[in-house]
Amino acid sequence: MRRFPVWSWFWFIIGVLYFFIPLVSTLEFSLRMLKGRYTLEAYRVAFQDPRFYQSFGYSLLWAAITITISLLLVVPTAYWVQLKLPKARPYVEFVTLMPFVVPAVVLTFGLIRLYGRPPLVLTTTPAALIVGYVVLSLPYMYRSVDAGLRAVDIRTLTEAAQSLGAGWGTILRDVIFPNLRVALLSGIFLTFAIVMGEFTFASLLSRPAFGPYIEEIGAMRAYTPQAVSLMSFLITWGSIMLIQWLGRGARGQQVPVGGAR
Amino acid sequence: MAVERSPRAETGPRQEMGDAPSARPPRRPVTWTWLGVVPFFTFAFLFLFLPSASIFVRSFESLDHTFTFQNILDLFQKSDIRNAYRLSLQVSATTAVGGSIFGFLLAYAVTIGGLPKTVRSFMLTFSGVASNFAGVPLAFAFVATMGNAGLVTRLLEDVAGIDIHAGGFTIYTFWGLSIVYMYFQFPLMVLVMAPALDGLRREWREACENLGGSTWHYWRYVALPILAPSLLGTAILLFGNAFGAYATAYAFTGSFLNLVTIVIGAQIQGDVLYNPGLGNAMALGMIVIMSMVMSIYVWSQRRAARWVR
Repeated sequence: MRRFPVWSWFWFIIGVLYFFIPLVSTLEFSLRMLKGRYTLEAYRVAFQDPRFYQSFGYSLLWAAITITISLLLVVPTAYWVQLKLPKARPYVEFVTLMPFVVPAVVLTFGLIRLYGRPPLVLTTTPAALIVGYVVLSLPYMYRSVDAGLRAVDIRTLTEAAQSLGAGWGTILRDVIFPNLRVALLSGIFLTFAIVMGEFTFASLLSRPAFGPYIEEIGAMRAYTPQAVSLMSFLITWGSIMLIQWLGRGARGQQVPVGGAR
Repeated sequence: MAVERSPRAETGPRQEMGDAPSARPPRRPVTWTWLGVVPFFTFAFLFLFLPSASIFVRSFESLDHTFTFQNILDLFQKSDIRNAYRLSLQVSATTAVGGSIFGFLLAYAVTIGGLPKTVRSFMLTFSGVASNFAGVPLAFAFVATMGNAGLVTRLLEDVAGIDIHAGGFTIYTFWGLSIVYMYFQFPLMVLVMAPALDGLRREWREACENLGGSTWHYWRYVALPILAPSLLGTAILLFGNAFGAYATAYAFTGSFLNLVTIVIGAQIQGDVLYNPGLGNAMALGMIVIMSMVMSIYVWSQRRAARWVR
């Protein structure tokens, strides 16, 4: 007979408390704007600030551009490596590990020093920010796409399509893409979650974004920052839940893992 | 489909193709397969390698643009810089060890610890969210938790009569920051260890028991050696995770705590070190440490792949 797993429950409960106390505290804090009672005043104030929408809109824009470029860089590369150039795999994997080796703040430092002066000036445009975000997304995007490509027999599918007379466009659009849909969406939503809350690049490159906005109102007001933080958490939560829901039932399901921020 | 094999296809796109023409006929056909990965590597070259290389080169540049080792020496000799590195390393080590132990216990509890299955999927889902919940919002969440007017602070005061802020204690210190970092550290360990613990086969335990081994023997001689590479690899990943973090620390403590990332951030916004070369050297120091971290991580992953499938 198994004993009641006391210690398992003990650690589990500690874990749950660690997860939820900060969230509950944030919620409680955000409701306390008016003295003596719980109201949604902080949320009303947050939603009244035009800069809330502005910065949120900018982050949405950065996320969309980042996802597009990241997909364009990663998908063909991963497909090509899987299909034709397996020898390049270690090099590609090395590159996708690089963003961990060069932390965001160090990369920003390098980008500003290198592309803040001619011949190629990027820091006066949002390009430097996008570049940073794409670098940040590379590991997650590549891992998602690569896992998706490995899960289906991409070579057989491609050859079957070719033998039926399909061109490359048809192969990619009608054969590869539908099979990769879940993997692509995982990469997309993870990148989305990362970019929407990102602070380091946007702040140091002085670009408007949601992360620096939260930090800024944190320096000015109480209560509203917690309300906005909670919204930011909901974005992360929603993205991750969506990824897990999409990937349900997949063999060797991977839970996306974020990096240092 | 012809499988094209040539030395050119085997090397990276930017590597020299300086092979002397061999005496061996027939000539292999020129392949253009590698062209497919050129955009990716060009991007990586321009925006990852070049910035890193420039940091490396400029670390050896003095104020009047001559070659010098002084910046590197300053990393070890200037006390404020040494302190920044020490603090960063301490926070990283503390939260890596703490996060690993706690994460492992949690992973054990929800996998083979005898808890119901729903508990497990709940824990894994939430770990996925929490490990991605970092940066400014996380910092503010903890301000609302244990700051001066935080929920936990007030509860402790009202219920237990303990004022954690009495005696000049603030949460914007080493331990406060470590508690915040733990929020995204231990879930990562849970995510990695849960599948690894699932990978422990029942047969191994039975074999150990058949040979007269106790639970202690099983863990000491079978399970832990098998899990050690993943455990070590993830612990080192947690270390790097905390070491490179900037946003969380910045939003939480402002510039109270001089972590390496905070100093580099300040150096970007205005040359606080009054020496661009030294700023580069600090950044280089981070790259060197992170390279070591990732090397150990990759190595441990290879070891882990032997047993855990």
